[in-house]
Amino acid sequence: MSTTYSKPTKRIRKEHIARLLVYLGVALFVAFCLAPFLWIVSTSLKAPSQLHTRPPELISWPPFFKNYIDIFRGRPFAQNIWNSVVVAGWATFLSLVVGSFAAYALARLQFKGRDLILSMVLAVSMFPGIAIVSPLYLSFSRLGLVNTNIALIFPYITFSMPLTIWTLTSFFRELPMELEEAAKVDGCTPVQAFRKVIIPLSAPGVFTCAILVFIFAWNEFLFARTFMNNAASYTVPVAMQLFEGVGDYTIPWGQIAAASVVVTLPLIILVLAFQRRIVAGLTAGAVKG
Amino acid sequence: MGAQVAGSATKGRQGLSESQLGRALVTPAVLVMCAVVFFPILATFWLSLHEYNLKYPYLGQPFVGLRNYIELLSDSRFLNSVKITTLFTVSSVAVELVLGMAIALLLNRTFKGRGIVRTAVLVPWALTTVVMARMWAWIFNSEYGVFNAILHRFGIIDQYIPWVADTNFALWAAVGADIWKTTPFMALLLLAGLQIIPRELYEASMVDGAGGWKRFWSITVPILKPTILVSLLFRTLDAARVFDLLFVLTGGGPGFATESLSIYTYRSLFVNLDFGYGSALAVATFLYVMLISFIYIKLLGARTER
Repeated sequence: MSTTYSKPTKRIRKEHIARLLVYLGVALFVAFCLAPFLWIVSTSLKAPSQLHTRPPELISWPPFFKNYIDIFRGRPFAQNIWNSVVVAGWATFLSLVVGSFAAYALARLQFKGRDLILSMVLAVSMFPGIAIVSPLYLSFSRLGLVNTNIALIFPYITFSMPLTIWTLTSFFRELPMELEEAAKVDGCTPVQAFRKVIIPLSAPGVFTCAILVFIFAWNEFLFARTFMNNAASYTVPVAMQLFEGVGDYTIPWGQIAAASVVVTLPLIILVLAFQRRIVAGLTAGAVKG
Repeated sequence: MGAQVAGSATKGRQGLSESQLGRALVTPAVLVMCAVVFFPILATFWLSLHEYNLKYPYLGQPFVGLRNYIELLSDSRFLNSVKITTLFTVSSVAVELVLGMAIALLLNRTFKGRGIVRTAVLVPWALTTVVMARMWAWIFNSEYGVFNAILHRFGIIDQYIPWVADTNFALWAAVGADIWKTTPFMALLLLAGLQIIPRELYEASMVDGAGGWKRFWSITVPILKPTILVSLLFRTLDAARVFDLLFVLTGGGPGFATESLSIYTYRSLFVNLDFGYGSALAVATFLYVMLISFIYIKLLGARTER
């Protein structure tokens, strides 16, 4: 310490180099995260002849926008996207309703069986989905629910319970207790206090949670692959896995890339718009332990 | 349900005690978790005690006791899938932790451009696994893949390699794709932990003359330990349950080179339609994952007791 202090200019230069290295590292990291996806964007704008070059061209000219039209031809891809919107939308809404009831009770009320509920939620968070597909599949076929959105919405509500309950419980806990007390003094019942005081105040938390559940449901594959077996019922991940050429046996990489970009767009928009909240929601649980 | 609660609650607090309200509010969550997870896992176990193949409905569903489990122990394909799952889990999580930690330490030293970094981190995390698996299949393509082109350009390989179709490389290609998707997220969690470590601690030890490496092991790691363990737990569980990535990138192949427990279970159930044996595999996967959680919870528990 004392030796560097006697040579201030050298020390400053050393600090400059260190800063430069840090930012270089960060730039590399950002490139690492984005490069594969940018490569897919570039691939989505290539015609088959532009794809089959060795080495590949970074960006091909002229851009081949036809991929973005062709993905909707000869296959129910638009329907698949709509299915995902409906399933993920309902799953998110119902998960928040069910989850916010439970989270409110866990955060604010004293009742028997709290610990049992918390261990159930923990167990669900660790549960491998594959362990229950066989009986679920048999029950859904017996009930005629295969190829219906209900077959996905229920599992999605369940598997998002840990996320919803943990996030919302911590948000509810942070709200000051006096608010409910005041509401009760004003003659509100506990239910009214919950509806009129807690719900509006916890809107930011609920919203963050909604984004996370929506992304989870939009991306889920195992149940969707198992419970949906006709092309019109597929959700996006299943349609993407089975995406192939129409009347053609070669793999249409340009179209697959275009389809990838289209289905990723909603996610990118969510991420760009709400990155701060998403990060806060994701890290809250892990840091508190 | 909601109407019922509201109806009885309007009678006032005497009508519905705090305890009653609490239990009423958790009921829907408990019901849905029981219906979709806890009851079905018992049903899976029950199925695994039977011989039941949907291809041969005329054979019925005879009870065979633990026969499926005995078969499991001498099934080399099952043992292979345990090995593959373990290899995949250990190697991807280990790299993700080390790389994620390095990136978190790096990000903790920067102030500008946090927004760009956050967005960049969230792209791999948010991307649908199926989409990213197809994306990597194209990148690893044996004839026109950019990965081959780059390695070739720098003289690392003489000939293009069919990464996902080669028994020696397929699993490592999958591990690579998994590292890409989850390392940024790992870094994010660790960074959040780093940011709550008070600066004074470092300054104090700097006065004591401790070097960077020593500070990392004596201050950062002990304080960060709970964060590290929790993120490791969830990453390890995710890796042990791996399905989407392998199913789409390699299909479990070539041969059985990337057939994880989840993939083998899925194939047994929905390709062979063997719901008896497949359910035994499902229970085995469940036990494998629960064993991992048990070990981590022991580790975490030991920490809180101390």
